[in-house]
Amino acid sequence: MRKIFNRELLKIAAERKNVYMILSDIGYGEIEPFANTFPDRFINCGVAEQEMTGVACGVAMEGNTAITYSIANFPTLRCLEQIRNDVCYHDADVKIVIIGGGVAYGELGMSHHSTEDIAIMRALPNMVVLVPSDGAETKAATHAMMDYKGPVYFRCGYKNEPDLHDGQEVTDFRIGGSSQIRDGKDATVFFAGTIGVDAKKAVEELEKEEGISCRLVSLYSIKPIDREAIVRAAKETGAIVVVEEHNLSGGVGSAVAEVLMDEGVGCKFKRLGLPDVYVTKIGCQRWLCEAYGIGPTGIKAAIREVLGK
Amino acid sequence: MDTQNTCRDANRVVQWARSHLKGLSMNENELNECKALAKRIRKHALRMVCAGKSGHIGSMLSTADIYPVLYRDFLKVDPKNPKWPARDRFLLSKGHGGAALLACLAECGFFPLGWLNRYYCDDGKLSGHISHHIPGVEFSTGSLGHGLPVACGMAMAAKRDGQTHRIVVMSSDGDLNEGSTWEAIMLAGQHHYDNLTMLVDYNRLQALGSSKDIIDLEPLGPKLEMFGWRAIEADGHDPQAIEAALLRLPLEKGKPSCIIFHTVKGKGVSFMENDYKWHYGGLTEDLRDKAIAEVEAM
Repeated sequence: MRKIFNRELLKIAAERKNVYMILSDIGYGEIEPFANTFPDRFINCGVAEQEMTGVACGVAMEGNTAITYSIANFPTLRCLEQIRNDVCYHDADVKIVIIGGGVAYGELGMSHHSTEDIAIMRALPNMVVLVPSDGAETKAATHAMMDYKGPVYFRCGYKNEPDLHDGQEVTDFRIGGSSQIRDGKDATVFFAGTIGVDAKKAVEELEKEEGISCRLVSLYSIKPIDREAIVRAAKETGAIVVVEEHNLSGGVGSAVAEVLMDEGVGCKFKRLGLPDVYVTKIGCQRWLCEAYGIGPTGIKAAIREVLGK
Repeated sequence: MDTQNTCRDANRVVQWARSHLKGLSMNENELNECKALAKRIRKHALRMVCAGKSGHIGSMLSTADIYPVLYRDFLKVDPKNPKWPARDRFLLSKGHGGAALLACLAECGFFPLGWLNRYYCDDGKLSGHISHHIPGVEFSTGSLGHGLPVACGMAMAAKRDGQTHRIVVMSSDGDLNEGSTWEAIMLAGQHHYDNLTMLVDYNRLQALGSSKDIIDLEPLGPKLEMFGWRAIEADGHDPQAIEAALLRLPLEKGKPSCIIFHTVKGKGVSFMENDYKWHYGGLTEDLRDKAIAEVEAM
């Protein structure tokens, strides 16, 4: 996904002469084409995320679009006050791109996990939050983000994430939209980001092995969120499971629950995420998801639970 | 509120041009106008802080002599067109001292003087820390350490676009405690942002005491020079010294500039001067009147 993001950004920057990339010494092997092609619109601020975000805001306030780019929680939590006070309060055209959301950098340990980011970023006024799940959504999300004027948080995958769209482009991507991967009648599984591969596996196995039919929807836009798709899922399938590679507090499941409560729509409902813990077990992304109950086994159990099976 | 002797827009154009003719300094009349404006800024700030039951008056008074020279003689700004693209950018990184800047902006015609009466109050116009929603305020601050990184971004963009306006940041003892300020100091030196200037309101006090006892910044000038800057020092209460320092900008081609203005926290009010309690301290009406009487006698 990061390769797709960087490839698309390069194309956009070739057309738009006011696109800057502001780094904090992260991006080896990916950002060099931008740095070499547009040296006057590229700056490596050094290992200094607060300064990076401030610089990006200053660049943006002069009529430009600035991308900050780093891994996991580095460009969000270390510089959260700069994001809040500088970028969001001034509604500056800064795009905060992280590579490796959730536990993508699993074996590196807790310092490199981004498991509270969605909750924190969506709490900020003026901020759009995008969480694409595969290459097709990443490509579409990159263009949608760059077409939008204002702060965006973009949670990008790390590398080689499986395709969830059967090799098709996502042509109807929109900020505030969602992408239905497959339809079903017994329940709807919402997910955001690269955990979609586990959700898809769980849904496919349940149908094949137990005859349970689930709608599967990628909520690639967490803020604004696709309220219509959520309400429709509740009314049409009667049960919702939300899967996220994120702490349960304030994340995707919370965002979906807020919509249902606000709209006065009730249905069987379960959130599946990290249960307010830091990830201390050691392993790769998919292993960790399974180990913490948000992998295919846990997702299948959650669907059975809401359906009383 | 004082309403006389506000800056006259027509004169300002002449003054901007003059500021670039090195060697010319303000005449007696201009010096007196600067002093008079500084007095009005001090009196506005004292009234605002008292009426609003707010604080930070000491930090406001220490900058009150710098703003008149900046806004009358140096910064290219247009009160009738605050977003003029070619304007110089001035960012007050020590946003807690904002009332003095707001008083100066009102005096210069960026917004009505009457707005100063609605500082720090319910349904007010002006908050305790400056906001970019107010005409003439380039950037909102309040938490320290935000001004210089943003200014670096503005400096980078201006250089890339071939623009010649200046980016000026006012920092302070406390602002120079912040790591993000030093991150930006390193960046500005590394990238030779000679369109960037940092002014330091160096009153040597911060919220809880002497900066020497808390985080000693000395030797500040040499430190900055070792980071690739050019730094000079000046008396931050002498309009002619302030102007002379500003007219030297940029101090050296290829380097960001810093003017360390030696100031006195609470300047102009004997019972406030050099007393850190006036970082937060509130003003009774009696103390306000006593303070204003002292300012009148300056």
